[in-house]
Amino acid sequence: MTPVPPERHLLRAKDVVDARFREPLDVPALAQAAYLSPAHFSREFRRAFGETPHQYLLTRRLERAAALLRNTDRSVAEICFMVGLRSVGSFTTSFRRVYGVTPTAYRAAHPPIERAQIPTCVVQAYARPRSSSFREDSTAA
Amino acid sequence: MKLTHVQVWVHDQDEALAFYTDKLGMELREDVTVPEMGNFRWLSVGIPGQDVSITLMAIPGPPVFDDETRESINKLLAKGASGGLFFATDDAQKSYDELKDRGVEFTQEPTEQPYGIDAGFRDASGNHFRLAQRA
Repeated sequence: MTPVPPERHLLRAKDVVDARFREPLDVPALAQAAYLSPAHFSREFRRAFGETPHQYLLTRRLERAAALLRNTDRSVAEICFMVGLRSVGSFTTSFRRVYGVTPTAYRAAHPPIERAQIPTCVVQAYARPRSSSFREDSTAA
Repeated sequence: MKLTHVQVWVHDQDEALAFYTDKLGMELREDVTVPEMGNFRWLSVGIPGQDVSITLMAIPGPPVFDDETRESINKLLAKGASGGLFFATDDAQKSYDELKDRGVEFTQEPTEQPYGIDAGFRDASGNHFRLAQRA
């Protein structure tokens, strides 16, 4: 039997972010999915995917929040909680840092549009903001 | 012209064969090992009733790929960066329940999307699959 490359376990943790970002996930919980200690896990995740698990989780939440702002009438506070964030203040700060505008201004500038039927998993993968473009807000997650 | 085979890299052919047949319910189509080609194994599976086959390809070392290239593909595969396949079903929830019962690792439960109901899963190698019930 060919041994499983260690990256396969890191991918499992990344999948957990995409599937369960609405829950109060944190780095230790993700480390568990990859069978690694939290410190080792963060280092290895970054080596494999180019960003920390915390950055990946936060940008996934912001990407989903942006989609909800575009496509639903939910309030900013509701959307913040729907994507697993617990502080509306930190959410607004992180959102602004990534998208350059507040959630309310983003919504006003991006009305929902009919598009080709691109699978949502593809949208999620391509629309996630780059984490290198902002400083991490440790209170956001 | 028509499409006959789609190639998927797998990190272990025996494990992949078990997954694609036992868990996904595909049939074995071809399993040929060629000693004069360094025991190259041409292994393919398919969905009963559909004539497109999926070739489960081991990542070769020299003389096909040097060790560094093989290792890179191996890593990309494990990181989920090697692409994916899209399947259609008449009943996403039913297919999900069946596959889940057989131990398939889902990345996303059946979820309502503008185009229908869509779920995601992976094989043991890290290949990504979608399962959609189009609206």
